[in-house]
Amino acid sequence: MSFRCEAVTKVFPSWPEDVVALRDVTFTVAPERFTCLVGPSGCGKSTLLRIIARLERPTSGTVVYQRGRQPGELRAAMVFQDLGLFPWMTVIDNVAFGLEMLGMGRAERHARAEAFLTRVGLGGFLRNYPHELSGGMRQRAAILRAFLVDSPVLLMDEPFGALDSQTRLVMQEELLHIWKEHKRTILYVTHDIEEAILMGDEVIVMSGRPGTIRQIIPINIERPRQLADRNHPELADLRLQIWRMLEDEVRRDLKIAV
Amino acid sequence: MKASASALSAAADVRRAKSRDAWTRRMPVLVALVLLAAWQVLAQQGMVSRIFLPAPSRIFTFLGQSLVKGDLLPAIGATLSRMIVGFVIGAIPALLLGWAMGRARGVRMFFDPVIAALHPVPKIAIFPLLMLVFGIGEGSKVVAIAISTFFPIVINTYTGTRQINPVYFEVARNYGADRWKTLRRVVFPGSLPTALAGIRIALNTSFVIAIAVELLASRTGLGVMIWFAWQTLRVEQLYGTLFVTAVIGIALNAATAAMSRWLAPWAQPPRERAGARL
Repeated sequence: MSFRCEAVTKVFPSWPEDVVALRDVTFTVAPERFTCLVGPSGCGKSTLLRIIARLERPTSGTVVYQRGRQPGELRAAMVFQDLGLFPWMTVIDNVAFGLEMLGMGRAERHARAEAFLTRVGLGGFLRNYPHELSGGMRQRAAILRAFLVDSPVLLMDEPFGALDSQTRLVMQEELLHIWKEHKRTILYVTHDIEEAILMGDEVIVMSGRPGTIRQIIPINIERPRQLADRNHPELADLRLQIWRMLEDEVRRDLKIAV
Repeated sequence: MKASASALSAAADVRRAKSRDAWTRRMPVLVALVLLAAWQVLAQQGMVSRIFLPAPSRIFTFLGQSLVKGDLLPAIGATLSRMIVGFVIGAIPALLLGWAMGRARGVRMFFDPVIAALHPVPKIAIFPLLMLVFGIGEGSKVVAIAISTFFPIVINTYTGTRQINPVYFEVARNYGADRWKTLRRVVFPGSLPTALAGIRIALNTSFVIAIAVELLASRTGLGVMIWFAWQTLRVEQLYGTLFVTAVIGIALNAATAAMSRWLAPWAQPPRERAGARL
């Protein structure tokens, strides 16, 4: 399912002057595409994602989904930046949480969650609590929870931001693998330019304060992509191109900070 | 040769560490026994006044006798049943109000100042007033216990609810949780560890208040035994009853600790080393 942001603007009232987090953000995410949203920290990426997930209202503008919500369906499931797993639920209950909220019985949702967990190597941790898992395992569980509800749209807010670079690489490949099997429309927020290029069909570049869209760049590297050897000829060019767009702003922010 | 020698010494290290742990575990018991023995000797030799400090043997003889006579167990029963009834009457509204205050702004705005004003009042000081209202029978005692139970639980439940990371509410909302499901899956478990800490404090307080109201106005219970012992100067009975209250206190703590392990297994501190349990 596709969705579209139309002139989304978000203003946070503040003193001495209001903070404009997003201004006139307009773009369309095509169905079953992997779209990455990249931008410097504080450019309103997370706010935009929360608006798309309807966790927050835009000050003006709208988010339009291709079709209305059907009964018993969750249109957009979100993978939160961190802490998305409930510490008081076991892994299987966490992963089955979406199904539970949709009203599915315990036996059925546990069976589905277990099948999924076993496939990604978490079969031995069904009854463990999140704090007993490694960071990578926790993120895997959080992503499975979002995939399991069969929502046509997945919103991911820097899901691998807290992982070390090796684990991150493995998780990126794993996510692409799951996505290949269960095609969804994914909007993936990151501040890592290389990650955005390697994962996405399309990269939306945002600049900050106020958050606006700089450019939408199609990525034509063929899939499956070998993430381990990052030597695609296009990669360096694209990286430079995006970096040029963001460079001034990052430098400006640093100067302000110093 | 060298390798096997180091393996041997590693095994020896493990053995030494294990026996050290075993000793640390036994340490509290050992200390208690040594102190009791010293006390016994001092008392028997008449080096301390028997009026202030009767020998442990005499205290335990008294406890044995009153078990046989059948006045100790009914007293324990009277105190505990009073305490439990009061505790339940205080705890249930405290939990409900704590959750309501944590989730509803209106409820919070109304009750926050009320609780802030009433909480510091020493609960035992209002006991005469309670007797005036509820009579000198069981009612006033149970109410005094209930009130003393109410405050620590309502404050902890409220705090625990407020401290739940907002992300969890967003996750619930994102997955379409309604009000009741949010309460059941986020609010109750999220506030539980802090609420349980309040319940633990409340259980101790309710025991203290139960004994206190029995000292003031009662015909049954451990408080009565203590007061009666003082008035008739039966020092063994005084010490014996105090010993029983101490044992009950320890048992209550152990029971609440077991309850938190059972109800909130995710929130337990990492397994502590032997000897660090008290």
